[in-house]
Amino acid sequence: MTDLLELSGVHTHIGRYHILQGIDLTVPQGQVTMLLGRNGAGKTTTLRTIMGLWQASSGEISLGSERIESRATPDIARLGVGYVPESMAVFSDLTVKENLVLAARDGPLDDSQLDWIFGFFPALRRFWLSRAGSLSGGQKQMLSIARAIIEPRKLLLIDEPTKGLAPAIVTALIECLKEIKRKGATILLVEQNFFAARELGDSVLVMDNGTIVHRGEMAALAADVPLQERLLGLSLETHQ
Amino acid sequence: MTELAANDPLPKPKRDIAPVLLPVALALLVIPLIGSTSSWLTLTAASLAMGMMIFIMASGLTLVFGLMDVLNFGHGAFIAVGAYVATLVLAPFAASIQADSLWMNLAVLAPAALLSMAVSGALGLVVERVLILPVYGQHLKQILMTTGGLIVAEQTLYALWGPQIIPMPLPASLRGSFILGDVAIAKYRVLAMLIGLAIFIAIQLVLNRSKLGLLIRAGVENREMVEALGYRIRRLFLGVFMTGSALAGLGGVMWALYREQVHASMSDDLTVLIFIVVIIGGLGSIGGCFIGAILVAMVANYGGFLVPKLALVSNILLMVAILMWRPRGLYAVTSR
Repeated sequence: MTDLLELSGVHTHIGRYHILQGIDLTVPQGQVTMLLGRNGAGKTTTLRTIMGLWQASSGEISLGSERIESRATPDIARLGVGYVPESMAVFSDLTVKENLVLAARDGPLDDSQLDWIFGFFPALRRFWLSRAGSLSGGQKQMLSIARAIIEPRKLLLIDEPTKGLAPAIVTALIECLKEIKRKGATILLVEQNFFAARELGDSVLVMDNGTIVHRGEMAALAADVPLQERLLGLSLETHQ
Repeated sequence: MTELAANDPLPKPKRDIAPVLLPVALALLVIPLIGSTSSWLTLTAASLAMGMMIFIMASGLTLVFGLMDVLNFGHGAFIAVGAYVATLVLAPFAASIQADSLWMNLAVLAPAALLSMAVSGALGLVVERVLILPVYGQHLKQILMTTGGLIVAEQTLYALWGPQIIPMPLPASLRGSFILGDVAIAKYRVLAMLIGLAIFIAIQLVLNRSKLGLLIRAGVENREMVEALGYRIRRLFLGVFMTGSALAGLGGVMWALYREQVHASMSDDLTVLIFIVVIIGGLGSIGGCFIGAILVAMVANYGGFLVPKLALVSNILLMVAILMWRPRGLYAVTSR
């Protein structure tokens, strides 16, 4: 299986802080790669560095055959990278429809794609003309993901989509991400929810102190409680 | 915080009309204090006209503030440049301006305003590329660079046109007043109100009915996410900056005609008012800017009439009062 994304020796500084300290990772095409680790390990910084929101101070980032570590964020997005930040970052002053119109950069909204999205997130159809700022946290997360998948993307970078959401909404989100996966999407997913990680992940990367300290199959990590405790400081079963 | 389930009905979005009612309430409140209805109407018309001109000059600045967090203390330069450039057209055609024909007046006035907008917009391009681009994200340097730019612009105007005040008489057809009973409303003030209102409606249409407008509104709220969707917000910002500069140039022409004179430091006092408008309106909010401009003009006019000694500080007091009520301005768009 070919790798769609590859980071090699990536360092990122934010101010005087050295956050990423030589990241080496690959994300295989068509797979969901989980990025796990304690708070402050550098997971969000990794996604933001890939997206160009923070510039890598050294190292190489390749998307397919393209080198992207020096590219601006809009150029990286135009290469087909979708980003769902931890904060969701929906445009509160815009309606649900307007948020999606902006996300569909290359033209008008595709009705069949919309119907597909509404299948998972019926609330978005219902609140189509409501301001995004008036949506609940779960609905904002649905909108944030819908915005990332409204057009076909080569790679999705998703940062803790289930954080702070009610269990029923988490289940709906997992179903949606599974369906996106079945359609062949390549996803790099930061997630703290073990159930979601186990359900969705093909492979797993574990970060600590700005470096990758483990890489392997998600199923293998899920089955190995001592390894979880060593890498993450706690059993994933207790952290869901 | 209570979370709604996915399919719960949304609470109805609240329409925040309190800021809209503020100028209305202020206007009604001063009626008994002013005493004379005709004086009140004259002052109110003057306030609306002045407010519209300030809005035209401030609208670009609020989007620049909101969209890119840029502190442009040199915005006044576009106002003065716009006014001076208009004299290039108006002076040679003084006879047409003083002819008693609306069409002949407009035939000179319209190209003068358009040329002013074009030159101010082009100057905006140069200022953004040369002065602001190197200091994005550095507020202190932005203040130093743009204040320095303003001084250079003023001195250049003095060098080119001389230190004397240049008269800019109103066109003949815009002199005088419309008389409604006891009330006289200056024709030029009516024109200023109409132009300001038209620009406000045009900006609202662009912001609410076009993808470009959506991008500007989204960029004001979260420019990083707009970039993550694949849009080059720097280009968008450049367009907004040039448009804001062009509008400031138009505002400069209108203000110069209002005062019937042009001088290089004409924007000094205006800049303070413009910043007050941008701050009390809420950074990046066109609606807030519109209401803020009317409020500032009302306080200046009513305050000047009722308590002349407080005229100099009345707008500062207004800003303090608004910020105590709403610390991020009348309509908070950005989180700054």
